[in-house]
Amino acid sequence: MRVHLNSRGRLFLSNKIWLVALLALAAVLSVTIAAVAQDSTQRPVTDDQVNAVARGLYCPVCENIPLDVCPTQACAQWRELIRLKLAQGWTDGQIKQYFVDQYGDRVLATPPARGLNWLVYIIPPVAILAGMYILYRAFQAWRKPVIATPPVASAQGEPTAIDNQYIDRIEEELKKR
Amino acid sequence: MVANFGYGTLVVTFLVALYGAGAAIYGGRKNSQPWIESARLAMLLTWPLLTVTALCMIYLLVTGHYELAFVSSVTSNSMPFYLRVTSLWGGQAGSLVFWSWLMSAFASAVTLRKWDRDREFLPWVIVVALVTLAFFLIMILFFENPFDRLWQTPAGVVRTAMFQPAGALLLAQADGRGLNPLLRHPGMIIHPPMLYLGFVSFVIPFAFAIAALVTGRTDDRWIRITRRWTLVAWLFLSLGLILGSRWAYDVLGWGGYWGWDPVEIAAFLPWLTGTAFVHSVMIQEKRGMLKRWNMVLIILTYALVIFGTFLTRSGVLSSVHAFAQSAIGPLFFGFIGLTFIVSLGLLLSRWESLKSDAQMSSLFSREALFLLNNLLFMSIAIVCFWGVIFPLISELFSGQKITVGPPFYQRATAPLFAGLLLLMGVAPLSAWGKSTARTLGRAIWKPFLFSLVVIALALVAGVRNLAALLGFWLCGLVAAITLYEFWRGALARHRKSDESLPLALWRLAGRNRRRYGGYTVHLGVVLMAIGIIGSQMFQTQTQGTIPQGGTLKIDNYTLTYKSLDNWDTPDGRNVARATVSVSKNGQYLGDLHPRRDYYYESQQPMTIPGVRSTWEDDFYVLLVDWQPISSEGATFKIYHNPLINWLWFGGFIFILGIMIAAWPDKDPETVSERVRRQAYSPVKV
Repeated sequence: MRVHLNSRGRLFLSNKIWLVALLALAAVLSVTIAAVAQDSTQRPVTDDQVNAVARGLYCPVCENIPLDVCPTQACAQWRELIRLKLAQGWTDGQIKQYFVDQYGDRVLATPPARGLNWLVYIIPPVAILAGMYILYRAFQAWRKPVIATPPVASAQGEPTAIDNQYIDRIEEELKKR
Repeated sequence: MVANFGYGTLVVTFLVALYGAGAAIYGGRKNSQPWIESARLAMLLTWPLLTVTALCMIYLLVTGHYELAFVSSVTSNSMPFYLRVTSLWGGQAGSLVFWSWLMSAFASAVTLRKWDRDREFLPWVIVVALVTLAFFLIMILFFENPFDRLWQTPAGVVRTAMFQPAGALLLAQADGRGLNPLLRHPGMIIHPPMLYLGFVSFVIPFAFAIAALVTGRTDDRWIRITRRWTLVAWLFLSLGLILGSRWAYDVLGWGGYWGWDPVEIAAFLPWLTGTAFVHSVMIQEKRGMLKRWNMVLIILTYALVIFGTFLTRSGVLSSVHAFAQSAIGPLFFGFIGLTFIVSLGLLLSRWESLKSDAQMSSLFSREALFLLNNLLFMSIAIVCFWGVIFPLISELFSGQKITVGPPFYQRATAPLFAGLLLLMGVAPLSAWGKSTARTLGRAIWKPFLFSLVVIALALVAGVRNLAALLGFWLCGLVAAITLYEFWRGALARHRKSDESLPLALWRLAGRNRRRYGGYTVHLGVVLMAIGIIGSQMFQTQTQGTIPQGGTLKIDNYTLTYKSLDNWDTPDGRNVARATVSVSKNGQYLGDLHPRRDYYYESQQPMTIPGVRSTWEDDFYVLLVDWQPISSEGATFKIYHNPLINWLWFGGFIFILGIMIAAWPDKDPETVSERVRRQAYSPVKV
């Protein structure tokens, strides 16, 4: 469900287009420079290898669309850059770091766990643990002290009696509705 | 003319809503029936007025009045009639009009009910509904006016304004920019309306909760009145989410159905708190407990509904700057904050009268397990909410933008969803108040044995992934327990009443639609879980560029590229449509036609997959690129999605279950009242 629109109109759209164009230009330049600098040890890189790296990257313009499926021209250029880097023997980590250096942490699918970013990983478990604690305390407060052992159903083992109990329970619930 | 008329009715509706809210507050405080009745009539008047506004909008959209900024931004001459109508909700301004119209319809329907015993609630329900409506009308009138026109000043600057700026001329355009290609799909007819219906119908239980707090009538009456409304809201919201997922799968061309996008999460958040609410109200009804918690849940759900409505079309979460530039962003957050604080203030003022009537006597009782269920739903909601807003917080404090993508949500929520599945299985076996570990153990052992068979079958089928095995085991356990519950109930009734088994089951389910509707929902969830486990854990994909006649293999499938056609359509698209044949283990299965539509107007490509769908799996192929004049051929991307159809079928069962649960029962009170009325009514001669 990625269907969403921006309603701020043309001004925003044109900004976006400019940004895409600039990114595309930057990518093309990078590809060209890298192509000039490449050595003769290149090996063929499959689309699947490129996509495996691209899956964990996000371009700054096409928000929330992983690089491996983004149909824009700028993202296609990024994928070509990845192909080139892979051909030069770069590892997945090195390529990701390259894009982080160029465009910042936002290109990664999840923020690296450092500085303020720790909060994204810490807050949910803390909140959940707090919820569990509150629930535990509520259970403690709610539990009645056991006064007497509840009588064991005498009809245990007799199917009809159990059936009656069961159907009575449903009927009782029905009455409460 | 029509635009002026539509705008005029909006202004009148706003004034009527303000008057109605004021009259209801006055009438409620003074207990003055004429004022309350007047407020009720004002509420009822808003709907025909908003209908006129919506019809004016639709007329302008259909007839192509491109001098209106909204019309020119969402329609164009090339769009078919049905898309021109549905483009009403294709942008922020029109969406707000549509939202208000639905809100007014639901609130009006509520005011038409018989209020006999609950008359004291009426004014405050009207206040909540009309204040919410008035807020949306403020947004429309002052910030997102769909009737705003485009004007050109003598300096050549294009301005957007309702009325003519000095010296400016109306900018007459022959054509509009048209709807975003992603929205040009039949799904547009039904998915957004379902989601919005879900959103607005959750306002009704919230309105009753506030009415209960204001009047001090803090028993479970408000819950009983709104039970069906809550289920209807849950039904529409669930349907909206499922349809949205299906639309994404069919249109967005990335082989999946849920991308943990902020807009998806915005709709998912109220669903999470709403689902917790649907469960926890049962504890209040049966045991008189959790009165405060239910209030908190419905207040949260309302806040998230407003949050979701705002987020769906605004896109402000993309950046702090976008948020600051958006005029409505701070207002929306202000409104959410204000209603939240007022609601919590009211709740605190009634805190003492909302004490539990009963004690929790066992950790294995149904109410205890329901509480755990609530904890898990809330935990998922916290993860999702935090993931959505953290990028904004990060940018605000560190100045650096970050992405919180699917891996974060998947890792954080997967164990929570597994816990929910387990609870879904165990909870129906426990009894209200007095279950123990022993009674629960006695009830569970047979279904547990069956679930082991599921593990064995999965192992035989070659599943070695531990997480998948755990998932399938949980699915087996829940399915076994749920079916066992159907069987036990039917068998007990069959023995007691001598009805045949199917008849006993039919009548039992008919007597307690809510219980068995709920179990049907659980079965739907199990089927959906099977689909999700299959498609998430066993999805494979490959991409390659092949010449005509070339092949691409994935698992035991082979794709052969046969041909490619390319043409322009009258509605402004360039279509590139490939023909590929698919075979499995060497056996020809058929042809598929993945295509890529390029929209000239918006310069946007759309990738429409070719899909071969079976119960076992989907073969999903995309045309990524093509070179018509070179021997390189075309680039295809193939996804192999095992078991994905179980997700859609499970969604259908899920919705069916909610419909069963929400279907009206014969109300015993109505029957007894009818008997009493007959007994005491004067005999007509």
